[in-house]
Amino acid sequence: MSQRGDLPTWVDVGLIPLLNLLLALAAASVVFLLINENPIECLGIMIKGAVGSLKGWSYLLYYATNFIFTGLCVAVAFHAGLFNIGGEGQAYFAGLGAAIVGLNLEFLPWPIVIPLSIIASVLFGAFWGLVPGYLQAKRGSHIVITTIMFNFIASSLMVYLINYWFRPIGKMAVESREVTGAYILSFREIARQFFDYKYPASPLNLTVFLAFFVAWAVWYFLWRTKLGYEIRAVGLNQDAAVYAGIKPQRIIMIAMAVSGGLAGLVAVNEVLGAQHRLLLEYVQGAGFVGIAVALMGRNHPIGIVLAAMLFGLLYQGGTELSFAKQHINRDMVVVIQGLIILFMGALENAFRPYLTALFFKADD
Amino acid sequence: MLDIFLSAETLSSTIRMSVPLIFACLAGLWSERSGIVDIGLEGKMLAAAFTAAAAGAYFQSPWIALLLAIGVSILFSLVHGYASINQRGNQVVSGVAINMLAAGLAVVLGNEWFKEGGRTPPLPPEAQFPIFHMPGFDAVQSIPLVGPYINILSGHSVLVYLAFLLVPLTAWALAKTRFGLRLRAVGENPHAVDTAGISVAKLRYQAVIIAGILCGFAGTYLSVALQGSFVRDMSAGRGFMALAALIFANWRAWPSMWACLLFGYLQAVGLRMQGFKIGDVEIPVQFINMLPYVMTVVLLAGFIGKSIPPRASGIPYTKDR
Repeated sequence: MSQRGDLPTWVDVGLIPLLNLLLALAAASVVFLLINENPIECLGIMIKGAVGSLKGWSYLLYYATNFIFTGLCVAVAFHAGLFNIGGEGQAYFAGLGAAIVGLNLEFLPWPIVIPLSIIASVLFGAFWGLVPGYLQAKRGSHIVITTIMFNFIASSLMVYLINYWFRPIGKMAVESREVTGAYILSFREIARQFFDYKYPASPLNLTVFLAFFVAWAVWYFLWRTKLGYEIRAVGLNQDAAVYAGIKPQRIIMIAMAVSGGLAGLVAVNEVLGAQHRLLLEYVQGAGFVGIAVALMGRNHPIGIVLAAMLFGLLYQGGTELSFAKQHINRDMVVVIQGLIILFMGALENAFRPYLTALFFKADD
Repeated sequence: MLDIFLSAETLSSTIRMSVPLIFACLAGLWSERSGIVDIGLEGKMLAAAFTAAAAGAYFQSPWIALLLAIGVSILFSLVHGYASINQRGNQVVSGVAINMLAAGLAVVLGNEWFKEGGRTPPLPPEAQFPIFHMPGFDAVQSIPLVGPYINILSGHSVLVYLAFLLVPLTAWALAKTRFGLRLRAVGENPHAVDTAGISVAKLRYQAVIIAGILCGFAGTYLSVALQGSFVRDMSAGRGFMALAALIFANWRAWPSMWACLLFGYLQAVGLRMQGFKIGDVEIPVQFINMLPYVMTVVLLAGFIGKSIPPRASGIPYTKDR
């Protein structure tokens, strides 16, 4: 029986994920063939649409910003041994915090109102993660089911709130009025205002830097702080953690709150940065992408940043593909996402026995 | 007010709404009793719902639709089985992948075949399952007061009766047959079963295939009988509600049925409460839509006593340890 660690590190974190990814893409090719398309051509359109121009790159990074946040959200919970499928709802609910502060405190100068809005987003997201965490820790509710239910609850609740609280009277579109105070500038606006340069139109905004910083911060938190150590200890072995004087119930709640707070940062990118208003369903599946990103990135911030960019490519490429080929639905991206989760998550050890055999042979 | 909560129509609708939950819950019961956690009930149900609606529109026959839906659902359970049994992968992750795959594929293929953005065309009456009328129930209707209430047992799709027949059948099979006893043993202590010379993998594969068949029924009922077509994400969390019902019912067949009826009742009440007013204040429809999900959370939070899952559930079986 092959054990983890038999193989050199580069095989473990490089070759195996790459092979699994190729397998997932091969399976996706079959789906392309099913709808009478040439998979190579489609893949070419997707890659060119995402990295062939500055505009493509901007969109890629804009999507990646969301996915870094949700990927980190899933990863922190994973390290505590929890499977948080509620990133979607946590990110959606966080929009409430961003909008409440952003819309009501806009008389304050931006250096104050922007941080306040960011904090509010994190707190609202954290709350939506903390409740399932509490139910798991204290009442033994299955975290997967509870977080899924919280996604549905957030979805209904936000429709109500946006419709009855945030929508200006007489306005048809179901959305809030524009956030003017906590307005995070886009790259295009910065280029125009400060450098007099015409940057292509895209929703890419300064939040992308926050994403990279938060990725570093999560690494520091998990591997360099006491609390991070405790989270990982609980995830590895709850019984051993108890003997080390760690209270798993407390750690589970903290991990879920941190996890939800990270998902909440999606609201910063969307509500404050890209849309400048609270829209219906603005998360658009980013919470679920986070699961794939975390699996692919092996729950490590560096891996997550890279995986998030790959999914950014996939999303931007998917949009370009649905423009180029009218009959291909954008949900094709969801299919590829599902395949990646299947091959990189559930079937991650498919190649391991063969590779182990190969490497031992080479050693003899 | 009473009309919404206790009328014969609400109770009749309760029966219909609980049917997909019962099929899915029994699917989860078989799978989890053998030690395979199945988060993918939702996806299999959705895949089956799409297949049944698409095949129903194409072949104009509910039976071909059902057969194909079951086939597709089994295919997905075999993927789950391969990942969980052979590859010893994370069963929750595999389930999540299946849910996503089913949701995406249904819309992509549906859009390709029917060009309606992932919807399927509405099914004509020929493509509908026959309705079963209890013999002699026409006369019952005229009995004052109780007549309409007794009558809610009659006049449903044949799949409804099948669902309720499967409950005692499952309970009996798991408690009294050799296969059922072995299946439960494999979910509690696979090593013992293995020592007795019985294949753990084979039993677990049989369990996931049964789960596939039952999810096929659930999805077919949802799209063909309940709705008459497929719309995207139409399973709307029912797979997860079924799992919650299973936990609530402590992994037993009869209590599962009661739990599903409870969830079905909440959905039925929700449907009839649209535009409902207390005094002058209309209750927003979003809050009513939320009700089944909130109730799931509340029930799961263990205000009903502790439930104990099969001991080996979710743990891949490794022979040499």
